[in-house]
Amino acid sequence: MSDRIEVQKTYKTYVGGSFPRSESGHYYKVFDSEGDFLANACRCTRKDFRDAVLAARAAFKGWSSRTSYNKGQILYRIGEMMENRRDQFVKELGQIGFTKEEANADINASIDRLIYYAGWTDKYQQVFGSVNPVASAHFNFSILEPTGVVSVLAPENSPLLGLVSVIAPIIAGGNTCIVHASEQYPLPSISFAEVLNSSDVPGGVVNILTGIRSELVEHFSSHMDVNSILYTDKLDKETKVKIDELSSNNIKRVVKKNITDWYEADSASPYFVVDFQETKTTWHPVGF
Amino acid sequence: MSETKTKETTYKPTSPNSKLDFASLWEYSAAPESSANLEIKKKYDLFIGGKFVKPSKDRYFKSVNPSSNEEVTQFAEATQKDVDKAVKAARKAFKGEWSDLNPSSRGKYIYRIARMLQERAREFAIAESIDGGKPIRESRDVDIPLAAAYFFYYAGWADKLEYAFPGKKPEALGVCGQIIPWNFPLLMLSWKIAPALACGNTVVLKPAETTSLTAMMFAELVKDAGLPDGVVNIVTGAGQTGAEIVNHKDIDKIAFTGSTNVGKIIQKSLAGTDKKYTLELGGKGALILFEDAPIDQAVEGIINAIYFNQGHVCCAGSRLLVQENIADKVIMKLKDRLETLIVGDPLDKNTDIGAINSKEQFDRVNSYLELGVEEGAEVYQSKCSVPENGYFIRPTLFTNVSQSNRVVQEEIFGPVLTVQSFRTADEAIEKANNTPFGLAGGVWTDKGSKIFKVGSALRSGVVWANTYNKFDPTSPFGGYKESGVGREGGLHGLSAYLNLK
Repeated sequence: MSDRIEVQKTYKTYVGGSFPRSESGHYYKVFDSEGDFLANACRCTRKDFRDAVLAARAAFKGWSSRTSYNKGQILYRIGEMMENRRDQFVKELGQIGFTKEEANADINASIDRLIYYAGWTDKYQQVFGSVNPVASAHFNFSILEPTGVVSVLAPENSPLLGLVSVIAPIIAGGNTCIVHASEQYPLPSISFAEVLNSSDVPGGVVNILTGIRSELVEHFSSHMDVNSILYTDKLDKETKVKIDELSSNNIKRVVKKNITDWYEADSASPYFVVDFQETKTTWHPVGF
Repeated sequence: MSETKTKETTYKPTSPNSKLDFASLWEYSAAPESSANLEIKKKYDLFIGGKFVKPSKDRYFKSVNPSSNEEVTQFAEATQKDVDKAVKAARKAFKGEWSDLNPSSRGKYIYRIARMLQERAREFAIAESIDGGKPIRESRDVDIPLAAAYFFYYAGWADKLEYAFPGKKPEALGVCGQIIPWNFPLLMLSWKIAPALACGNTVVLKPAETTSLTAMMFAELVKDAGLPDGVVNIVTGAGQTGAEIVNHKDIDKIAFTGSTNVGKIIQKSLAGTDKKYTLELGGKGALILFEDAPIDQAVEGIINAIYFNQGHVCCAGSRLLVQENIADKVIMKLKDRLETLIVGDPLDKNTDIGAINSKEQFDRVNSYLELGVEEGAEVYQSKCSVPENGYFIRPTLFTNVSQSNRVVQEEIFGPVLTVQSFRTADEAIEKANNTPFGLAGGVWTDKGSKIFKVGSALRSGVVWANTYNKFDPTSPFGGYKESGVGREGGLHGLSAYLNLK
């Protein structure tokens, strides 16, 4: 078998349900844990981000109006599809230094997380919504509605479990998102995009870009049609200020969570869903 | 009520004075759902401890297809010994594997059940229609998909229970004895088993003796899904088997859906014990139709409220209360619509109303039809043809009835609607609440504020506004007063299966 020349996979981005290369034509090299060359990843730019926002916004109406039951089934389906591709993820995580046991544990936790949030789709409303006993003849109730388009700086050091853990609660709540994959380890996220693409998730609901984070942070925080931004890594002061300041241009909801261990129980909860929800209160008169 | 003279021409199907004969003008070709892929065994044993076991007395009873009166299969009759065996298996499973399992794994098993039910949905739908007489359109589009949805919904709760009851530590009860009725066999099974398992309990379930087929098919599915032995046990039999479950000392909770009479017996039997119980009992739902309602839409809603599933629905809207000034018009529209309902072969996809579930129920409904006439009501039945064999009853309207008539007060559990009129909203509410039942009610009006005003005045566990007979796993269901205690479905349905410490 030694003379068999392997066909290598081209890792591209995931935008609007397809896998385009970066509009810029730029790339950066990705290495394995030994420092050997693994692949060329797309070095996305402002224009790629812009395209991804368009796709996410276009998908928002349809995705947010799916029934909770349907969204739950689709998240469950992502979990089912991931079980099927276990070997691919074991290989890719292995390349960047995970032992086989660590890789399997990472995949197990990722699948379980998807199932966990699949279960929340039709429950967070019951736990966090309310009927409000106002002191007048009105039926008054508050429901949660998705914030909209969310940009996400995915965890740098947890390329699969961390990635799944930030995407799942956002889409479980009916939002759409643009995710910047781990800069150093982008390959599992593109493989995860392949899972999404075969799981009945409508194109544009999740968009995944690769590239240099320091170049992209500005666009992720400044775009006027993005409603919220999430990051979970510890950032330097300057970057934090930049994200906060740029977000203020359109009152983006800046969601900061410092999570280093994605196995911790606290790293998954319905509050993660609620972080990307708006509360809508309706007043309705009561009387003949 | 006098005939209303209107200027509408007769060609409109909904015209008050049209007498369209749909039966002969619009002939439907038969469109039967094939049952070729459904394999029904000659007889079914009990499902205990993960195995199919013969009943201790080796007695089996027949189950017939109510649309043909032919034998479908035979089910084992579980006696005291068998019930005891099932409870022991459930207890063993509870103490061992099931309560040790982490909650998310428990959830995964329930998700498997949901997925497998979705995969086998058509087969279950056909079996439900053959065994119970309900139209395939309903078993295919309502019963089975909803049953799967209940499992899917409750699967997700398994590892989230602490969020449902803030400040409390939820704990499983133990072994649950569950007794379900014949009107929605698999759906009622899902209402019982899904939350029980999600909360960490094990179950002994008894399906109704006339409709045990899908429960036994479900037992096979549970086996295929790889659930630990003894988590789900299914014992077949009649009332005596149910009584053995209710009176068993090692059962922690009884869940019953059925008639109010049996519910009272069960509550009495449990006197002095610390068993928890939930009862989903009978109803006599009122449909309040105001003059400002969109009438055609309301007529459709009323048809669905009372003739859905042959009227074998505990929450059926069986009493129409219509505002006086539109009463004649509504009654005529209802009669016209009645003529278009197709009564016949449950497996035919055109069928609206299938067979009455059993001979016993057929006789019971017929006795109410006679009683209504004796009480002075005017009867209207559609003129459609019904099959010669099997138990079929034409959709029926009783007008000229009063609040004290037995056909207005008692649950008929068949395709029979009584019609009364009212002048003011207060009168409608008074009449609607004037019954020992309190399961569900309907309000039809174009005015939103009236919905909430009337809705909050109705003493019933469910209020449907401008719609009726809607069910969803996220939505709690259950009655006030003699319609039962406790709720099933939704977040509220969890508490019936938990100790909140």
